[in-house]
Amino acid sequence: MVRSLLVRGMIAGLVAGLVAFVFARVFGEPALEGGIAYEDMVSAASGETGGPALVSRGVQSSIGLAVGYLIYGVAVGGILALVHATAQGRLGRLGVRGTAVVVALVGFTSAVLVPFLKYPANPPASSLDDTIGERTGLFVVMIVISVAGAVAATALCRRLADRLGWWNAVLSAAGGYVVLVGLAAFLLPAISETPRDFPAAVLYDFRLASLGGHVVLWTALTLVFATLADRATRPSALAGAVPTRAS
Amino acid sequence: MSQAAVESPIAGIAPTPIPLREIAPWAVFAGVVLLALLYLVGMDQGATSVFSGEMLHEFVHDGRHLLGFPCH
Ligand SMILES: [Zn+2]
Repeated sequence: MVRSLLVRGMIAGLVAGLVAFVFARVFGEPALEGGIAYEDMVSAASGETGGPALVSRGVQSSIGLAVGYLIYGVAVGGILALVHATAQGRLGRLGVRGTAVVVALVGFTSAVLVPFLKYPANPPASSLDDTIGERTGLFVVMIVISVAGAVAATALCRRLADRLGWWNAVLSAAGGYVVLVGLAAFLLPAISETPRDFPAAVLYDFRLASLGGHVVLWTALTLVFATLADRATRPSALAGAVPTRAS
Repeated sequence: MSQAAVESPIAGIAPTPIPLREIAPWAVFAGVVLLALLYLVGMDQGATSVFSGEMLHEFVHDGRHLLGFPCH
C-alpha cells in the first residue's frame, strides 16, 4: 500500500511539475528576464563583461526550467504521498480524498506559503552574492520551524479533538501554529538586499509568478493525487461492499 | 432508475490506518532520496556543494529562482 501510494504521488508530482512549468514559462520567465536585463545594465555600466555562459539563456529558460519543475514536482509528490500514507485513517473520519486534500493544504501552507512570507523568492541580480550561505541557512531554518510546527499542531489537534470536538480542536491547533511561526518570523533576521534602483515591477511580478507557480503545482498535485490515491485504496478496502454497478 | 453507484457518503468511509512500522522503511529510504532531489534542484552548487562546478546550478538556474530558493 505504501509503495502504491508513493508511486501515485510521484506520478501526480510529475503531472503537477509539468503544469507548473508551463505557468512558470509563461508568467515567470518575463519577470526573470527583467532581472537579467537589470544585471546586464549594471555590469555594462561598470564596464564588466561577464564570462562565457556555461549554459545558454535559451536552455536555462526552457529545458532547464522544465527539468527543475519536474524534479521538484516528483520530489514533493513523493513526500506528500508518504505523509498521506501516515495520515490516512488517522484524521478523524476523513476519507482518502479528504485526507489528501488536508495533508496538501497543511503541506503547502507550512512548507511553501509561510516561509515565502518571511523569505520570498527573488529574481536574478536582486540579492548579494556573498550572502548566499546566510540566506540559504535562514530559509531552511524557517521551513523547518514551520513544518515542525504544523506537524506538532496536527498531533495536538488529534489529541484535543476528543475533548473539544473537531472544530475547536482545529482552531486551537491552527492558532498555536500561527503564534509559533509569527514568533519565528519576528525573531529571525530580515533580509533586505534589493538594490535601490532595482525595477519594482520586476520584483513584484517575479514574486507573484513564483507564488502562483507553487499554487498551480500544489493544486494540480492535490487533485491528481487525491484521485489516484482513492483508486488505489478503493478496490481492496471495499471489496464486496460495493453494490454491483448498473451500467 | 439506475442507482448510479452510491459513492462514499459525505461522512466518508475512513480508511484503515497503515501500520507505522510498515511506513517507516519507505519513509526513511524514499524520504532521503526525495529530499536529496529537492536539495540538488534547489541548493547544490550554491551555499554548499556536493558536486563541484557550476553546471547543475546553471542548468536548473531559472527553476531555482522561480521555486523560491535563494540564488543570486
Ligand atoms: Zn541566480
